Amino acid sequence: MSSFGDKSLIPASALENPIFPRELEDEAIYIMREVAAQFERPAILFSGGKDSITLVRLAQKAFYPGKIPFPLVHVDTGHNFPETIAYRDWLAKEVGAELIVRYVQDSISQGKVQEETGKYASRNALQTVTLLDAIEEFKFDACIGGARRDEEKARAKERIFSVRDDFGQWDAKRQRPELFDMLNGRISVGENVRVFPISNWTELDVWNYIKEEGIPLPSIYFSHQRPVFERDGMLWADSEFINKDTDEIPYEATVRFRTVGDMTCTAAVLSEATELDDIIGEILSAEISERGARMDDKRSEAAMEKRKQQGYF
Amino acid sequence: MDILRIATAGSVDDGKSTLIGRLLYETQSITRDKLEALEAASKRKGLDFLDLSLLTDGLIAEREQGITIDVAHIYFSTPTRKYIIADTPGHFEYTRNMVTGASNAKVSLILVDARHGVVEQTFRHFFISSMLRIPKVIVCVNKMDLVGYSEERFQQIKQEFQDIATKIQFSGQEIEFVPISSLYGVNITKKSDEIGWYSGASLLETLERFDDQIKADSSHAARFPVQYVVRPKTEEYHDYRGYAGRVASGTFSVGDEIVVLPTGQRSKISSIEKFDQSLQQVHARESVVISLETDVDVSRGNMLVKAGEEPAQLREISAQVCWLDYQALTPGKTLLLQHGINDTKAKVLALDELVNVQTLERSENPAQLKLNEIGGIRLKIAKPIFADTYQENPSNGAFILIDEFSHATVGVGFMN
Repeated sequence: MSSFGDKSLIPASALENPIFPRELEDEAIYIMREVAAQFERPAILFSGGKDSITLVRLAQKAFYPGKIPFPLVHVDTGHNFPETIAYRDWLAKEVGAELIVRYVQDSISQGKVQEETGKYASRNALQTVTLLDAIEEFKFDACIGGARRDEEKARAKERIFSVRDDFGQWDAKRQRPELFDMLNGRISVGENVRVFPISNWTELDVWNYIKEEGIPLPSIYFSHQRPVFERDGMLWADSEFINKDTDEIPYEATVRFRTVGDMTCTAAVLSEATELDDIIGEILSAEISERGARMDDKRSEAAMEKRKQQGYF
Repeated sequence: MDILRIATAGSVDDGKSTLIGRLLYETQSITRDKLEALEAASKRKGLDFLDLSLLTDGLIAEREQGITIDVAHIYFSTPTRKYIIADTPGHFEYTRNMVTGASNAKVSLILVDARHGVVEQTFRHFFISSMLRIPKVIVCVNKMDLVGYSEERFQQIKQEFQDIATKIQFSGQEIEFVPISSLYGVNITKKSDEIGWYSGASLLETLERFDDQIKADSSHAARFPVQYVVRPKTEEYHDYRGYAGRVASGTFSVGDEIVVLPTGQRSKISSIEKFDQSLQQVHARESVVISLETDVDVSRGNMLVKAGEEPAQLREISAQVCWLDYQALTPGKTLLLQHGINDTKAKVLALDELVNVQTLERSENPAQLKLNEIGGIRLKIAKPIFADTYQENPSNGAFILIDEFSHATVGVGFMN
C-alpha cells in the first residue's frame, strides 16, 4: 500500500469521533466509476490543491486494487508555489498515475495568449487556453475537476456532468437535467464533459475527509514563516511573479494558505495552525470565506460565471 | 454524520430565496465577507434591509430578473446532520428544473404566501413532490407578518391545502404546516412570541426531527447494478475480478446466493470490499466491490440481485413521464432509455393520457407531450430491462429518456 492515505497520519480526534458524511464518498466513487465506464479518454485535472488531492484519493479508492485508469493533468502557470510542484511529482509516483504537464509559458511563447501587465497581472485567466489546447492534444472527452458548489454562487448551479462545446464553454441555460443519480455523459464530436465528483462537499467536508483518511498535504497549507507584503488588506507571498509598488514592503510573517492557486492570486492568512485539527478549528471560526482570499473572484460579482462561460473549470 | 436532502419550491415572490438566506444566516453558515458583499449589493439595489435572496440567485440572468431559473445547491450543517438544499424555481416554465432538483430529496419544502393562500403553483409543487414520492412535505406559510400573525389565516390555508392534498397524497407521506416570516426570522430556527398560539416546532426543529430514510432504501429488494469490472492484471492480483458498483437498494451479505441479470447465472458472494476494508454486509447507497465464488460472466450494465427477489423482466414499459425538452414528444419517436446505468433503444408506442396538474383531469390519447407536461406513455425497448415499479422501489423504478441526436436528457419516467 502506498503512503498516500497513511493511517499513522490520522489524528486521535478523527478516530474517536469521525464526522465526515461517508455518503459523500460513496457518491463521489460512484461518479468516478461512471467516468471510467462512459468515456474513452478521461483525465483528472490536478492543480495541487486540497480538492484535487481529494479527487486522487477517491479515484484510488474507486478502482482499488486496480490502478487509477486516468492520467493527472496539470496546467502549470509557472507561478505555482514550488511546494505544490514537489508534492505533485511525489503524488503521481506514489499512486502510480501518469502525469501530464502543460505550460502556460508555452501558450505565451506561441503567441496564443498575452501576459497581463500591471500590478494585478496574473496568469489565472490564461490557463484556460492552455487547458483547452491540452484537451485537444490528448482528445480528452472527460476532465474531472475538484470544483465544489459551495465555493461560489455560479458554481452552485453546476451539474455533476457538465457538457462543454468545442470552445470549452459553459452554457447555463442549456444544462442537462440530472435526475436521481443517473448521469448522461453522451456527447457529440468536439464536445467534452467536465465532471465534478465532489460537487456536494463543503470546504469543511474536504478537511474532515483529509483528516479521517490520513492524506498528506503540501506544506503551504500549514503554518510556516515566509516573506509577505500587504495589499488591499490581504497578505501576499513575496515572489518575483508579483509586480510590487514601491510602498509594498515585504516582511516575515507566520502564515498559511487556505486555498492553493497561483502565487499571484492566492492570499495568505496569519496562522499558527500546524495540525489539521487547528486548521479545522480556524475554518469553523473563520470570518472570511475560502474564495474571499482569491483575487480572481473579486474582479466582479459575476467573475466566476464569466470565466466558466469561457471554458475555465 | 448523515445527510438530509431537501427541495424547496415556491412561486416567484413567496420569499423562497429569503427563507434559504435566513436558514444560512441563523445557522451561522455565512461568512463575514459574504455578508458584507450582501450588504453592499442590497444597498446598490436601493434596499434598506439585507436582501438574503441575493445569496442564492447565482446567475447574471437571475439577478437581473429577480427570479430563480436553475437549480442551485446550497449547504448548511447543524451538529445533528448536513443539509443539502436543492433550490428550485417555482415558475411553470421551469417545472423540469424543479423535477430535477427534487429527484433526490427526502423532504420537500413548499412555500405559501400567507396573503394569497394556496395558488396554482402550490398544487403543482405538491403534485410533483407526490409523483416523486417524497416522504415528507413541509408547507411553510410565509409572510405571516403581513397578515398580523393571524392564527385564523394560518388554519384557513392549512384547510385549503389539505382539501386538495388528500386527492394525491400517498400512504405514508407526511405533511406538516409551519407558520413563518423569513424576512423577520420568525419561527425559522426558533419559536417566536409573535405566534404564541402555535404549538408546533420551528422549521429547523421540524427538519432536525425527520428520521433518515436511507433505512427505507435498505428495506427494499436488493439490487446491485455493476458499474465497472475491476481487473488489476498485476502479479499480486493476477486472477482478481471484482464487480464495482453502488448498492441501489436493499442489503447484501457475504454468502448470499445471487442471480446475475440478464444471464440468469447463479453464484454466491465471496467478498464485499470497500477499498482495503472487508465487509460482511453492505447497505443501500454504499459503493463497494463485490466478488463471487464462481467464475460467471458479468459485465457493466448487469445487475446482481438476491435469489428469490428477481425483478420483472420488461420488454414493454408503461410509465408516467415528465417531458423536459422544447421539442414535444410524439408517438412513434425513438429515444435512448437509461435505467440506472443501463441503456437501451426505446420507441414510443403510445401516449395514453395527459394529466392536467392543476385540475388533475386526465385527457386520453393526447397528440403530444410538451415541455413540462406529465402523462402516461407506453414504450417498447430493444433489450429487456429488470425494473421494479417506482412505487415499490424508487431507486430501481425510474429512468431517463435521451435524444439520440442531441444526446440531451429529454424526459424522466416512473415505472408503473
